[in-house]
Amino acid sequence: MQIRKANQILPSEITSETNYINRRDFIRAGAIAGGSLMTPSAMSAVIPDQRLAKLANVSKSDLSSDETPNSFEDISTYNNFYEFGLGKGDPVVYAENFKPRPWSIEVSGEAEKTGTFDFDDFMKPFDLEERIYRMRCVEAWSMVIPWVGISLAEVVKHFQPTSKAQYVAFETLNDREQMPGVKGRSLDWPYREGLTIAEATNPLPILAVGIYGNVIPNQNGAPIRLVVPWKYGFKGIKSIVKIKFMSTRPKTSWNMAAAREYGFYANVNPEVDHPRWSQARERRIGGSLFASKQETLMFNGYGEHVAHLYKDLDLRRNY
Amino acid sequence: MNTLQQIRFIWKPVIFLVCLIPALLVVGDATGITGGLGANPVEEILDRFGNWALRFIMITLAVTPLRRLSGWNWLTRFRRMLGLFTFFYAFMHFLTWVALDRELRLSDIIEDLTERPFITLGFAAVVLLSALAITSFTALRRRMGRSWQTLHKAVYVIGVLGVWHYWWQVKKDVTEPLVYALILTLLLAARVNWSRLYERRPQAIR
Repeated sequence: MQIRKANQILPSEITSETNYINRRDFIRAGAIAGGSLMTPSAMSAVIPDQRLAKLANVSKSDLSSDETPNSFEDISTYNNFYEFGLGKGDPVVYAENFKPRPWSIEVSGEAEKTGTFDFDDFMKPFDLEERIYRMRCVEAWSMVIPWVGISLAEVVKHFQPTSKAQYVAFETLNDREQMPGVKGRSLDWPYREGLTIAEATNPLPILAVGIYGNVIPNQNGAPIRLVVPWKYGFKGIKSIVKIKFMSTRPKTSWNMAAAREYGFYANVNPEVDHPRWSQARERRIGGSLFASKQETLMFNGYGEHVAHLYKDLDLRRNY
Repeated sequence: MNTLQQIRFIWKPVIFLVCLIPALLVVGDATGITGGLGANPVEEILDRFGNWALRFIMITLAVTPLRRLSGWNWLTRFRRMLGLFTFFYAFMHFLTWVALDRELRLSDIIEDLTERPFITLGFAAVVLLSALAITSFTALRRRMGRSWQTLHKAVYVIGVLGVWHYWWQVKKDVTEPLVYALILTLLLAARVNWSRLYERRPQAIR
Protein backbone atom coordinates (compact mmCIF):
# COMPACT_ATOMS: atom_id res chain seq x y z
CA MET A 1 0.00 0.00 0.00
CA GLN A 2 1.27 3.42 -0.91
CA ILE A 3 1.04 5.97 1.88
CA ARG A 4 1.09 9.56 0.73
CA LYS A 5 3.57 11.83 2.48
CA ALA A 6 2.26 15.18 3.61
CA ASN A 7 4.37 17.11 1.16
CA GLN A 8 3.55 14.97 -1.86
CA ILE A 9 1.58 16.88 -4.48
CA LEU A 10 -1.36 15.15 -6.18
CA PRO A 11 -1.60 15.42 -9.98
CA SER A 12 -5.11 16.87 -9.56
CA GLU A 13 -3.71 19.73 -7.51
CA ILE A 14 -1.38 20.92 -10.24
CA THR A 15 -2.69 23.66 -12.48
CA SER A 16 -2.58 22.50 -16.07
CA GLU A 17 -0.12 24.19 -18.40
CA THR A 18 -2.87 25.63 -20.61
CA ASN A 19 -4.74 27.07 -17.63
CA TYR A 20 -1.50 28.57 -16.35
CA ILE A 21 -0.81 30.25 -19.68
CA ASN A 22 -4.43 31.42 -20.04
CA ARG A 23 -4.85 32.18 -16.36
CA ARG A 24 -6.28 35.68 -16.95
CA ASP A 25 -8.98 34.30 -19.27
CA PHE A 26 -9.65 31.51 -16.77
CA ILE A 27 -10.28 34.00 -13.95
CA ARG A 28 -12.43 36.23 -16.16
CA ALA A 29 -14.59 33.25 -17.25
CA GLY A 30 -15.16 32.33 -13.61
CA ALA A 31 -16.23 35.88 -12.79
CA ILE A 32 -18.75 35.89 -15.66
CA ALA A 33 -20.18 32.52 -14.61
CA GLY A 34 -20.52 33.75 -11.02
CA GLY A 35 -22.13 36.99 -12.15
CA SER A 36 -24.76 35.19 -14.21
CA LEU A 37 -25.80 33.25 -11.10
CA MET A 38 -26.85 36.50 -9.48
CA THR A 39 -29.22 37.54 -12.27
CA PRO A 40 -31.64 34.66 -12.69
CA SER A 41 -34.25 36.87 -14.34
CA ALA A 42 -32.16 36.73 -17.51
CA MET A 43 -33.37 33.15 -17.90
CA SER A 44 -37.06 33.64 -16.98
CA ALA A 45 -39.25 30.74 -18.06
CA VAL A 46 -41.46 31.46 -21.06
CA ILE A 47 -43.66 28.55 -22.09
CA PRO A 48 -45.05 28.69 -25.64
CA ASP A 49 -48.73 27.79 -25.89
CA GLN A 50 -48.38 25.64 -29.02
CA ARG A 51 -48.59 21.94 -28.49
CA LEU A 52 -45.17 20.26 -28.09
CA ALA A 53 -43.35 23.51 -29.04
CA LYS A 54 -39.64 23.72 -28.29
CA LEU A 55 -38.69 25.26 -24.94
CA ALA A 56 -35.96 27.89 -24.89
CA ASN A 57 -33.31 28.66 -22.26
CA VAL A 58 -33.22 25.22 -20.72
CA SER A 59 -30.12 24.55 -18.65
CA LYS A 60 -28.71 21.14 -17.74
CA SER A 61 -28.67 19.90 -14.17
CA ASP A 62 -26.16 17.94 -12.09
CA LEU A 63 -29.12 16.15 -10.56
CA SER A 64 -29.90 14.39 -13.85
CA SER A 65 -29.50 10.64 -14.11
CA ASP A 66 -27.04 9.39 -16.74
CA GLU A 67 -29.31 6.46 -17.60
CA THR A 68 -30.76 6.33 -21.11
CA PRO A 69 -34.20 7.95 -21.18
CA ASN A 70 -37.23 6.03 -22.43
CA SER A 71 -38.51 6.83 -25.89
CA PHE A 72 -40.93 9.73 -26.26
CA GLU A 73 -43.47 7.18 -27.49
CA ASP A 74 -43.27 5.09 -24.31
CA ILE A 75 -43.42 8.19 -22.10
CA SER A 76 -46.40 9.68 -23.92
CA THR A 77 -48.52 6.55 -24.55
CA TYR A 78 -48.24 4.58 -21.30
CA ASN A 79 -49.82 6.81 -18.69
CA ASN A 80 -51.82 6.65 -15.49
CA PHE A 81 -54.04 9.74 -15.58
CA TYR A 82 -57.45 8.58 -14.32
CA GLU A 83 -59.14 11.86 -15.27
CA PHE A 84 -58.76 10.60 -18.85
CA GLY A 85 -59.63 6.95 -18.25
CA LEU A 86 -58.36 3.95 -16.35
CA GLY A 87 -56.38 2.20 -19.09
CA LYS A 88 -52.73 3.09 -19.70
CA GLY A 89 -53.59 3.87 -23.32
CA ASP A 90 -56.62 6.04 -22.49
CA PRO A 91 -54.92 9.38 -21.63
CA VAL A 92 -53.16 9.73 -25.01
CA VAL A 93 -56.55 9.29 -26.73
CA TYR A 94 -58.90 11.22 -24.43
CA ALA A 95 -56.53 14.10 -23.58
CA GLU A 96 -56.18 14.89 -27.28
CA ASN A 97 -58.58 17.86 -27.13
CA PHE A 98 -57.70 18.98 -23.62
CA LYS A 99 -56.93 22.73 -23.40
CA PRO A 100 -53.93 23.52 -21.18
CA ARG A 101 -54.42 27.26 -21.95
CA PRO A 102 -55.66 29.62 -20.69
CA TRP A 103 -54.57 28.31 -17.30
CA SER A 104 -54.33 29.81 -13.86
CA ILE A 105 -52.95 28.58 -10.57
CA GLU A 106 -54.37 29.58 -7.21
CA VAL A 107 -51.80 29.89 -4.44
CA SER A 108 -53.32 30.10 -0.97
CA GLY A 109 -52.84 29.33 2.70
CA GLU A 110 -49.94 30.01 5.06
CA ALA A 111 -47.77 32.22 2.81
CA GLU A 112 -46.96 35.90 2.42
CA LYS A 113 -47.68 35.96 -1.31
CA THR A 114 -50.98 34.41 -2.30
CA GLY A 115 -53.48 34.89 -5.13
CA THR A 116 -54.52 33.49 -8.46
CA PHE A 117 -51.84 33.72 -11.14
CA ASP A 118 -52.02 33.35 -14.85
CA PHE A 119 -49.76 30.45 -15.90
CA ASP A 120 -47.33 32.74 -17.79
CA ASP A 121 -46.99 35.06 -14.78
CA PHE A 122 -46.61 32.10 -12.46
CA MET A 123 -43.69 30.76 -14.53
CA LYS A 124 -41.84 34.04 -15.16
CA PRO A 125 -39.69 34.25 -12.01
CA PHE A 126 -38.14 30.81 -12.50
CA ASP A 127 -35.48 29.12 -14.60
CA LEU A 128 -36.09 26.10 -16.77
CA GLU A 129 -33.87 23.11 -16.17
CA GLU A 130 -33.69 19.70 -17.73
CA ARG A 131 -33.88 16.99 -15.07
CA ILE A 132 -33.51 13.42 -16.27
CA TYR A 133 -35.11 11.38 -13.51
CA ARG A 134 -36.03 7.79 -12.86
CA MET A 135 -39.77 7.37 -12.38
CA ARG A 136 -40.93 4.37 -10.33
CA CYS A 137 -44.64 3.61 -10.43
CA VAL A 138 -46.27 1.95 -7.42
CA GLU A 139 -47.35 -0.75 -9.91
CA ALA A 140 -43.71 -1.97 -10.09
CA TRP A 141 -42.69 -0.55 -13.44
CA SER A 142 -40.31 2.30 -14.13
CA MET A 143 -39.07 4.72 -16.77
CA VAL A 144 -36.34 7.32 -17.19
CA ILE A 145 -37.84 10.64 -18.24
CA PRO A 146 -36.05 13.80 -19.42
CA TRP A 147 -38.29 16.39 -17.79
CA VAL A 148 -38.00 20.14 -18.22
CA GLY A 149 -39.22 22.08 -15.24
CA ILE A 150 -38.67 24.57 -12.46
CA SER A 151 -37.37 23.81 -8.99
CA LEU A 152 -40.23 23.37 -6.54
CA ALA A 153 -37.95 24.67 -3.76
CA GLU A 154 -37.61 27.95 -5.70
CA VAL A 155 -41.37 28.14 -6.17
CA VAL A 156 -42.00 27.57 -2.46
CA LYS A 157 -39.39 30.20 -1.54
CA HIS A 158 -40.96 32.68 -3.96
CA PHE A 159 -44.36 32.57 -2.26
CA GLN A 160 -42.75 33.01 1.18
CA PRO A 161 -44.51 30.44 3.36
CA THR A 162 -44.99 31.52 6.98
CA SER A 163 -43.65 29.55 9.94
CA LYS A 164 -47.07 27.86 10.18
CA ALA A 165 -46.66 26.20 6.79
CA GLN A 166 -45.79 22.55 7.44
CA TYR A 167 -47.17 21.05 4.23
CA VAL A 168 -47.74 21.98 0.60
CA ALA A 169 -50.96 20.64 -0.97
CA PHE A 170 -51.73 20.41 -4.69
CA GLU A 171 -54.92 19.90 -6.68
CA THR A 172 -55.58 18.84 -10.26
CA LEU A 173 -58.14 20.49 -12.50
CA ASN A 174 -61.57 18.89 -12.03
CA ASP A 175 -63.40 19.50 -15.28
CA ARG A 176 -66.13 17.08 -16.36
CA GLU A 177 -66.36 18.71 -19.77
CA GLN A 178 -62.74 18.10 -20.71
CA MET A 179 -61.91 15.05 -18.62
CA PRO A 180 -64.12 12.05 -19.40
CA GLY A 181 -62.69 9.98 -16.52
CA VAL A 182 -64.02 12.48 -13.96
CA LYS A 183 -67.55 11.35 -14.73
CA GLY A 184 -66.70 7.94 -13.30
CA ARG A 185 -66.36 7.62 -9.56
CA SER A 186 -63.01 5.86 -9.67
CA LEU A 187 -61.48 8.42 -7.28
CA ASP A 188 -62.86 11.21 -5.13
CA TRP A 189 -62.17 14.18 -7.45
CA PRO A 190 -60.33 16.49 -7.64
CA TYR A 191 -57.06 14.56 -7.48
CA ARG A 192 -55.09 15.75 -4.46
CA GLU A 193 -51.48 15.37 -3.40
CA GLY A 194 -49.15 16.85 -0.84
CA LEU A 195 -45.62 17.04 0.50
CA THR A 196 -44.10 18.13 3.78
CA ILE A 197 -42.46 21.55 3.58
CA ALA A 198 -39.06 19.84 4.05
CA GLU A 199 -39.75 17.59 1.06
CA ALA A 200 -41.01 20.48 -1.04
CA THR A 201 -37.88 22.56 -0.36
CA ASN A 202 -35.50 19.70 -1.16
CA PRO A 203 -33.57 20.42 -4.39
CA LEU A 204 -34.96 17.34 -6.23
CA PRO A 205 -38.71 18.00 -6.78
CA ILE A 206 -39.69 20.01 -9.82
CA LEU A 207 -42.82 21.36 -11.39
CA ALA A 208 -42.44 19.95 -14.90
CA VAL A 209 -43.65 21.79 -17.99
CA GLY A 210 -41.78 19.83 -20.65
CA ILE A 211 -40.41 16.49 -21.83
CA TYR A 212 -37.49 16.00 -24.24
CA GLY A 213 -37.04 19.79 -24.47
CA ASN A 214 -40.59 20.39 -25.71
CA VAL A 215 -43.83 21.48 -24.08
CA ILE A 216 -45.27 18.62 -22.01
CA PRO A 217 -47.99 16.55 -23.77
CA ASN A 218 -51.53 16.79 -22.34
CA GLN A 219 -51.54 13.16 -21.24
CA ASN A 220 -48.43 13.71 -19.11
CA GLY A 221 -50.06 16.50 -17.09
CA ALA A 222 -50.02 19.71 -19.16
CA PRO A 223 -49.43 22.49 -18.56
CA ILE A 224 -47.68 21.87 -15.23
CA ARG A 225 -47.23 18.81 -13.01
CA LEU A 226 -45.24 17.72 -10.00
CA VAL A 227 -42.26 15.34 -10.20
CA VAL A 228 -40.85 13.84 -6.98
CA PRO A 229 -38.33 11.24 -8.14
CA TRP A 230 -37.85 9.36 -4.87
CA LYS A 231 -41.57 8.75 -4.42
CA TYR A 232 -43.99 6.50 -6.28
CA GLY A 233 -45.37 8.05 -9.44
CA PHE A 234 -48.85 8.76 -8.08
CA LYS A 235 -47.36 11.55 -5.93
CA GLY A 236 -46.57 13.38 -9.19
CA ILE A 237 -49.90 15.20 -9.45
CA LYS A 238 -50.77 16.42 -12.94
CA SER A 239 -52.41 19.53 -14.44
CA ILE A 240 -52.10 21.54 -11.22
CA VAL A 241 -54.57 24.37 -10.55
CA LYS A 242 -54.14 24.85 -6.80
CA ILE A 243 -51.18 25.08 -4.45
CA LYS A 244 -51.90 25.55 -0.77
CA PHE A 245 -49.53 26.01 2.16
CA MET A 246 -51.02 24.24 5.17
CA SER A 247 -50.32 23.79 8.85
CA THR A 248 -51.89 20.31 8.87
CA ARG A 249 -51.33 17.27 6.64
CA PRO A 250 -53.49 17.50 3.51
CA LYS A 251 -55.68 14.65 2.33
CA THR A 252 -54.20 12.81 -0.65
CA SER A 253 -56.23 10.96 -3.27
CA TRP A 254 -54.84 7.41 -3.25
CA ASN A 255 -54.55 7.45 0.51
CA MET A 256 -58.23 8.44 0.70
CA ALA A 257 -59.12 5.62 -1.72
CA ALA A 258 -57.14 2.82 -0.01
CA ALA A 259 -55.19 3.89 3.08
CA ARG A 260 -53.82 0.40 3.69
CA GLU A 261 -52.20 0.32 0.25
CA TYR A 262 -51.09 3.91 -0.36
CA GLY A 263 -49.56 6.07 2.34
CA PHE A 264 -48.97 9.81 2.50
CA TYR A 265 -45.20 9.45 2.12
CA ALA A 266 -45.17 6.86 -0.67
CA ASN A 267 -41.37 6.77 -0.74
CA VAL A 268 -39.99 4.14 -3.11
CA ASN A 269 -38.96 1.32 -0.78
CA PRO A 270 -38.04 -2.21 -1.94
CA GLU A 271 -38.43 -3.53 1.60
CA VAL A 272 -42.04 -2.48 2.16
CA ASP A 273 -44.35 -4.40 -0.16
CA HIS A 274 -47.67 -3.26 -1.47
CA PRO A 275 -50.26 -5.59 0.13
CA ARG A 276 -50.93 -7.15 -3.28
CA TRP A 277 -47.46 -7.24 -4.83
CA SER A 278 -43.78 -7.10 -4.04
CA GLN A 279 -41.92 -3.80 -4.46
CA ALA A 280 -38.46 -5.46 -4.47
CA ARG A 281 -38.08 -5.40 -8.25
CA GLU A 282 -39.35 -3.33 -11.12
CA ARG A 283 -39.88 -3.70 -14.85
CA ARG A 284 -38.13 -1.00 -16.86
CA ILE A 285 -40.48 -0.01 -19.65
CA GLY A 286 -39.03 -0.28 -23.14
CA GLY A 287 -37.23 -3.59 -22.63
CA SER A 288 -37.96 -6.66 -24.70
CA LEU A 289 -40.53 -9.29 -23.72
CA PHE A 290 -37.82 -11.39 -22.10
CA ALA A 291 -35.85 -8.57 -20.49
CA SER A 292 -35.43 -9.25 -16.80
CA LYS A 293 -36.64 -6.94 -14.09
CA GLN A 294 -34.21 -4.87 -12.06
CA GLU A 295 -33.78 -4.38 -8.35
CA THR A 296 -35.72 -1.43 -6.97
CA LEU A 297 -33.46 0.96 -5.10
CA MET A 298 -34.26 2.55 -1.73
CA PHE A 299 -35.71 6.02 -2.38
CA ASN A 300 -35.48 5.08 -6.06
CA GLY A 301 -31.73 5.63 -5.82
CA TYR A 302 -32.03 9.21 -4.52
CA GLY A 303 -31.15 8.31 -0.90
CA GLU A 304 -28.09 10.59 -0.73
CA HIS A 305 -30.38 13.57 -1.33
CA VAL A 306 -33.39 12.62 0.77
CA ALA A 307 -32.66 9.84 3.30
CA HIS A 308 -31.96 12.46 6.01
CA LEU A 309 -35.56 13.68 5.74
CA TYR A 310 -36.81 10.39 7.17
CA LYS A 311 -34.10 9.42 9.66
CA ASP A 312 -36.53 9.57 12.62
CA LEU A 313 -39.41 7.93 10.78
CA ASP A 314 -40.46 4.26 10.84
CA LEU A 315 -40.76 3.70 7.09
CA ARG A 316 -42.65 0.45 7.57
CA ARG A 317 -45.48 2.33 9.28
CA ASN A 318 -45.14 5.53 7.30
CA TYR A 319 -45.25 3.95 3.86
CA MET B 1 -72.54 -36.06 -44.57
CA ASN B 2 -74.93 -36.32 -41.66
CA THR B 3 -75.21 -33.71 -38.90
CA LEU B 4 -72.78 -35.46 -36.58
CA GLN B 5 -70.17 -35.69 -39.31
CA GLN B 6 -70.70 -32.03 -40.21
CA ILE B 7 -70.08 -31.03 -36.62
CA ARG B 8 -67.03 -33.23 -36.36
CA PHE B 9 -65.30 -32.41 -39.61
CA ILE B 10 -66.42 -28.86 -40.36
CA TRP B 11 -67.78 -26.99 -37.37
CA LYS B 12 -65.40 -28.26 -34.72
CA PRO B 13 -62.27 -27.31 -36.72
CA VAL B 14 -63.82 -23.93 -37.55
CA ILE B 15 -64.68 -23.15 -33.91
CA PHE B 16 -61.27 -24.42 -32.85
CA LEU B 17 -59.52 -21.94 -35.13
CA VAL B 18 -61.79 -19.10 -34.03
CA CYS B 19 -61.03 -19.86 -30.38
CA LEU B 20 -57.32 -19.79 -31.17
CA ILE B 21 -57.41 -16.25 -32.64
CA PRO B 22 -56.67 -14.40 -29.35
CA ALA B 23 -53.57 -16.57 -28.81
CA LEU B 24 -52.44 -16.13 -32.42
CA LEU B 25 -52.86 -12.37 -32.01
CA VAL B 26 -50.57 -12.42 -28.97
CA VAL B 27 -47.93 -14.17 -31.06
CA GLY B 28 -48.55 -11.79 -33.98
CA ASP B 29 -48.33 -8.70 -31.77
CA ALA B 30 -45.27 -9.97 -29.91
CA THR B 31 -43.44 -10.45 -33.21
CA GLY B 32 -44.70 -7.16 -34.62
CA ILE B 33 -46.58 -8.81 -37.50
CA THR B 34 -50.15 -7.87 -36.53
CA GLY B 35 -49.38 -4.89 -34.31
CA GLY B 36 -47.65 -4.38 -30.98
CA LEU B 37 -48.02 -5.08 -27.29
CA GLY B 38 -47.43 -1.51 -26.10
CA ALA B 39 -44.91 -0.18 -23.63
CA ASN B 40 -45.34 -3.01 -21.11
CA PRO B 41 -45.66 -6.23 -23.14
CA VAL B 42 -45.57 -8.65 -20.20
CA GLU B 43 -48.46 -6.90 -18.46
CA GLU B 44 -50.36 -6.80 -21.77
CA ILE B 45 -49.95 -10.54 -22.41
CA LEU B 46 -50.85 -11.36 -18.82
CA ASP B 47 -54.02 -9.27 -19.07
CA ARG B 48 -55.04 -10.72 -22.43
CA PHE B 49 -54.69 -14.36 -21.43
CA GLY B 50 -56.41 -13.72 -18.10
CA ASN B 51 -59.31 -11.92 -19.73
CA TRP B 52 -59.75 -14.63 -22.34
CA ALA B 53 -59.74 -17.32 -19.65
CA LEU B 54 -62.62 -15.49 -17.94
CA ARG B 55 -64.48 -15.02 -21.22
CA PHE B 56 -64.09 -18.68 -22.09
CA ILE B 57 -65.37 -19.92 -18.77
CA MET B 58 -68.44 -17.71 -19.26
CA ILE B 59 -68.91 -19.08 -22.80
CA THR B 60 -68.49 -22.66 -21.55
CA LEU B 61 -71.00 -22.15 -18.76
CA ALA B 62 -73.42 -20.59 -21.25
CA VAL B 63 -73.68 -23.80 -23.31
CA THR B 64 -76.16 -25.65 -21.09
CA PRO B 65 -78.59 -22.75 -20.44
CA LEU B 66 -78.47 -21.86 -24.16
CA ARG B 67 -79.22 -25.47 -25.13
CA ARG B 68 -82.19 -25.58 -22.77
CA LEU B 69 -83.56 -22.27 -24.00
CA SER B 70 -83.12 -22.97 -27.70
CA GLY B 71 -83.46 -26.72 -27.83
CA TRP B 72 -80.23 -26.90 -29.88
CA ASN B 73 -78.86 -30.08 -28.43
CA TRP B 74 -75.85 -30.06 -30.77
CA LEU B 75 -74.40 -27.21 -28.67
CA THR B 76 -73.26 -29.83 -26.13
CA ARG B 77 -70.83 -31.21 -28.72
CA PHE B 78 -68.71 -28.04 -28.35
CA ARG B 79 -68.71 -27.91 -24.57
CA ARG B 80 -65.56 -29.93 -23.99
CA MET B 81 -63.57 -27.94 -26.53
CA LEU B 82 -64.70 -24.65 -25.00
CA GLY B 83 -63.78 -25.94 -21.54
CA LEU B 84 -60.35 -26.95 -22.79
CA PHE B 85 -59.84 -23.47 -24.25
CA THR B 86 -60.71 -22.04 -20.82
CA PHE B 87 -57.94 -24.24 -19.43
CA PHE B 88 -55.58 -23.25 -22.24
CA TYR B 89 -55.97 -19.49 -21.69
CA ALA B 90 -55.86 -19.81 -17.90
CA PHE B 91 -52.73 -21.93 -18.17
CA MET B 92 -51.06 -19.47 -20.56
CA HIS B 93 -51.93 -16.70 -18.09
CA PHE B 94 -50.33 -18.79 -15.35
CA LEU B 95 -47.23 -19.57 -17.44
CA THR B 96 -46.80 -15.89 -18.37
CA TRP B 97 -46.96 -15.04 -14.69
CA VAL B 98 -44.46 -17.74 -13.69
CA ALA B 99 -41.97 -17.23 -16.52
CA LEU B 100 -42.18 -13.58 -17.58
CA ASP B 101 -43.60 -11.77 -14.58
CA ARG B 102 -42.01 -13.75 -11.73
CA GLU B 103 -39.06 -14.77 -13.96
CA LEU B 104 -39.05 -18.35 -12.63
CA ARG B 105 -37.83 -17.17 -9.22
CA LEU B 106 -39.17 -19.86 -6.94
CA SER B 107 -38.97 -17.74 -3.77
CA ASP B 108 -40.96 -14.94 -5.45
CA ILE B 109 -43.58 -17.41 -6.68
CA ILE B 110 -43.99 -19.00 -3.25
CA GLU B 111 -44.15 -15.59 -1.57
CA ASP B 112 -46.90 -14.48 -3.95
CA LEU B 113 -48.85 -17.74 -3.57
CA THR B 114 -48.78 -17.62 0.20
CA GLU B 115 -48.98 -13.91 0.93
CA ARG B 116 -51.23 -12.49 -1.79
CA PRO B 117 -54.75 -13.90 -1.54
CA PHE B 118 -55.75 -12.94 -5.10
CA ILE B 119 -52.88 -15.02 -6.45
CA THR B 120 -53.80 -17.95 -4.19
CA LEU B 121 -57.33 -17.82 -5.63
CA GLY B 122 -56.09 -17.72 -9.23
CA PHE B 123 -53.70 -20.58 -8.59
CA ALA B 124 -56.48 -22.70 -7.07
CA ALA B 125 -58.55 -22.09 -10.20
CA VAL B 126 -55.68 -23.22 -12.47
CA VAL B 127 -55.11 -26.38 -10.36
CA LEU B 128 -58.80 -27.30 -10.59
CA LEU B 129 -58.88 -26.53 -14.32
CA SER B 130 -55.88 -28.81 -14.84
CA ALA B 131 -57.71 -31.64 -13.09
CA LEU B 132 -60.72 -31.15 -15.38
CA ALA B 133 -58.51 -30.95 -18.48
CA ILE B 134 -56.63 -34.16 -17.61
CA THR B 135 -59.90 -36.06 -17.04
CA SER B 136 -61.52 -34.71 -20.20
CA PHE B 137 -60.68 -37.76 -22.36
CA THR B 138 -63.68 -39.91 -23.27
CA ALA B 139 -62.03 -43.13 -22.08
CA LEU B 140 -61.27 -41.67 -18.66
CA ARG B 141 -64.74 -40.23 -18.43
CA ARG B 142 -66.24 -43.68 -18.98
CA ARG B 143 -63.93 -45.32 -16.49
CA MET B 144 -64.62 -42.71 -13.80
CA GLY B 145 -68.38 -43.04 -14.05
CA ARG B 146 -70.30 -41.04 -11.48
CA SER B 147 -67.24 -39.52 -9.85
CA TRP B 148 -66.47 -37.78 -13.16
CA GLN B 149 -69.74 -35.86 -12.90
CA THR B 150 -68.95 -34.86 -9.32
CA LEU B 151 -65.41 -33.74 -10.22
CA HIS B 152 -66.59 -31.68 -13.16
CA LYS B 153 -69.05 -29.77 -11.01
CA ALA B 154 -65.84 -27.94 -9.94
CA VAL B 155 -66.33 -25.79 -13.03
CA TYR B 156 -68.75 -23.65 -11.00
CA VAL B 157 -66.14 -23.18 -8.27
CA ILE B 158 -63.56 -22.25 -10.93
CA GLY B 159 -65.88 -19.58 -12.31
CA VAL B 160 -66.28 -18.04 -8.85
CA LEU B 161 -62.51 -18.26 -8.13
CA GLY B 162 -61.66 -16.63 -11.45
CA VAL B 163 -63.96 -13.64 -11.00
CA TRP B 164 -62.90 -13.26 -7.35
CA HIS B 165 -59.23 -13.34 -8.41
CA TYR B 166 -59.89 -10.54 -10.90
CA TRP B 167 -61.92 -8.52 -8.39
CA TRP B 168 -59.11 -8.53 -5.83
CA GLN B 169 -56.45 -7.80 -8.45
CA VAL B 170 -57.79 -4.53 -9.87
CA LYS B 171 -56.32 -1.35 -8.42
CA LYS B 172 -59.48 0.65 -8.06
CA ASP B 173 -62.22 0.36 -10.63
CA VAL B 174 -64.19 -2.89 -10.24
CA THR B 175 -66.52 -2.27 -13.22
CA GLU B 176 -65.08 -5.09 -15.35
CA PRO B 177 -64.97 -7.70 -12.56
CA LEU B 178 -68.50 -6.63 -11.67
CA VAL B 179 -69.67 -7.33 -15.22
CA TYR B 180 -68.12 -10.82 -15.06
CA ALA B 181 -69.69 -11.37 -11.62
CA LEU B 182 -73.14 -10.47 -12.95
CA ILE B 183 -72.81 -12.74 -15.98
CA LEU B 184 -71.58 -15.57 -13.76
CA THR B 185 -74.49 -15.05 -11.36
CA LEU B 186 -76.93 -15.27 -14.27
CA LEU B 187 -75.27 -18.41 -15.63
CA LEU B 188 -75.29 -20.11 -12.24
CA ALA B 189 -78.83 -18.99 -11.47
CA ALA B 190 -79.96 -20.53 -14.77
CA ARG B 191 -78.89 -23.92 -13.40
CA VAL B 192 -81.04 -23.80 -10.31
CA ASN B 193 -84.24 -25.70 -10.86
CA TRP B 194 -86.49 -22.99 -9.51
CA SER B 195 -89.81 -24.80 -9.96
CA ARG B 196 -88.55 -27.80 -8.02
CA LEU B 197 -87.27 -25.60 -5.21
CA TYR B 198 -90.67 -23.96 -5.07
CA GLU B 199 -92.51 -27.28 -4.95
CA ARG B 200 -90.35 -28.63 -2.16
CA ARG B 201 -91.14 -25.84 0.26
CA PRO B 202 -94.48 -27.12 1.54
CA GLN B 203 -92.90 -30.52 2.09
CA ALA B 204 -90.23 -29.00 4.26
CA ILE B 205 -92.83 -27.36 6.42
CA ARG B 206 -94.70 -30.61 6.86
